[in-house]
Amino acid sequence: MNKMTPFHDVYSLISSEFLVAFRHRYEALNPLLFFVLVCLLFPLGIGPSPQLLNTIAPGIIWAAALLAILMSLSNVFRAEYDDGRLELMVLANHSLVLLTTIKLLAHWCLNVLPLILLSPIIASALGMSFDVQITLILSLLLGTPVLLLVGTTVSTLTLVIPQNGMLLALLVLPLYVPVLIFGTSAVNATAAGMSAAGPLYVLAALCVLSLTLSPFAIVSAIKIGVSQ
Amino acid sequence: MMKWLHTMASSAWFYRFSGKMIPWLMGIFGVLFLVGLYGGLVAAPADYQQGDAFRIIYIHVPAAWMSLFIYIVMAVYGFIALVWRIKLAEVLLISSAPIGAAFTFLALVTGSLWGKPMWGTWWSWDARLTSELLLLFLYWGVIGLYAAIEDKRTASRAVSILTLIGVVNIPIIHYSVEWWNTLHQGSSVTLTDKPSMATEMLIPLLVMATAFKVYYAISLLIRTRAELVEREPNSKWLKQVIEENNHE
Repeated sequence: MNKMTPFHDVYSLISSEFLVAFRHRYEALNPLLFFVLVCLLFPLGIGPSPQLLNTIAPGIIWAAALLAILMSLSNVFRAEYDDGRLELMVLANHSLVLLTTIKLLAHWCLNVLPLILLSPIIASALGMSFDVQITLILSLLLGTPVLLLVGTTVSTLTLVIPQNGMLLALLVLPLYVPVLIFGTSAVNATAAGMSAAGPLYVLAALCVLSLTLSPFAIVSAIKIGVSQ
Repeated sequence: MMKWLHTMASSAWFYRFSGKMIPWLMGIFGVLFLVGLYGGLVAAPADYQQGDAFRIIYIHVPAAWMSLFIYIVMAVYGFIALVWRIKLAEVLLISSAPIGAAFTFLALVTGSLWGKPMWGTWWSWDARLTSELLLLFLYWGVIGLYAAIEDKRTASRAVSILTLIGVVNIPIIHYSVEWWNTLHQGSSVTLTDKPSMATEMLIPLLVMATAFKVYYAISLLIRTRAELVEREPNSKWLKQVIEENNHE
C-alpha cells in the first residue's frame, strides 16, 4: 500500500473519469453535436452569402462553443452530488482543490477539446482562411478553460437547486462576456491582417487567473452544497 | 474589536438601533434631496450645448454611481459573511441586491431617455451602456439565486460567493467592453483631475449623490429589518422588542 503516491491517485482519478466517459460514449458526443448544430443555425437563419458569413464566423463559432460549454456545466458535479460521491470526496483524505482540478481537466479533455479540434472544419465551411483558423484554435485553447472554470464555480453554487438550467444561464452568461470579446477580437484582428497578440495575451492572463482562483471558489461552493 | 463587531451584528441590537436611525436619516435625505433638486433644476445654469436636457444627470449620474457602489458594498458584506459567519451581513447583502438593481435600472432608463434627443437613439452599443446592462444581469443573478434556494442560510452563503465572483469580474467585464467599443462621453467628474464641469452645476450633483447614498441607507435598513423579522419570527429578541413597543 505504500506505493499509493499522490501521482498514483491523480492517475487513477483521471483514468476513472475517462473510463466512465468511454462507457457512456454516445453521451460524450452530445456537446460536439450541439456545437455543430448551433453553428449550422446561423447560415440557415442569415442566408448563405459567403461575405457575410465570413464576417460573422468568429462570433458564431465562439458563441456556439460558449453555449456548448454552458450546456455541459450541469454535468460536472451533478451525478456526484446526486448519489453522494461528492460528500465522500469532501470527506476523503485528499486535497479537494486537487480533486476538483483533475475533474475539470478530464471534463475539458472530454467535452471541450473535441469541439476545438472540430472548429477548423466549421471555420472553413464558413470561409475562414488558414492563418485565421490558427488564431481561432489558439484563442479557443486559451479561452475555453476560463469558461469551464468560471462556469463550474457558478454551477456548483446551483447544485442544491434541482432544475437549474435557466438560472445557470442567467448567472453564467454575463461572466462569459470578457472571454467572448477577447476571443473574437483576436480572430478578427488576424482576419484584418493585424497582430492578434494583445487579445491572446489577455486571454492567457484570464486563463491563469481563473486557474489559480476558481478551484478554491469551487471547493467552498462544494462545501456549501454538501453541508445542506 | 471582534466583540464590538458581534454586538453590532446581533439581530436585537441592529433592530433597535436601526429603528432609531431611520427617522433621522429620512430627515437628512429630505433636506439633501430638496436642496439637490432645487440646485439642479433651478439654480444651475443651462448647458451651452445640451440646454436644459443635461439636467437629467442629477438623477442619472448618482444612480449610475450607486449601481456600482452597492455591488461593491454587497461584496464586502459577502466577504464578512463568509469569513466571520455573521448572519447580519448575509441579510444586509441580500437586502441590498434589489436596491442596487433598481438604481442600475434607473441609470439605464434615464440614460436612454437622455440619449434619444442627444445621440438620436434610445440605445447604442456603447461600452458603458453595455457594462451597465451586464451589471443589471449580475444583480438579477444574485436575486434569482437567492430566491431559488429553499434553505435561506445556504442561499445566503451561495449568494455571498456569487457576489465575490461578480466583483472580481466587474473590472474585467468593464475593461473588456471598453476595449470592444466606446462612444460614451468621458467622465466629467473624476477623483484625480479637476472636474470638467462648472462649480454651480457640480455642487447640486454631489448633493444629489449624497442624498442617494442616504436613501440607500434608509432603504437598506427598512429591508433588513423586514428580512430579520421574516427569518426569525419566533425569536426571543423579537418578542422583547414588540413588548417594549407596546409599553411606549
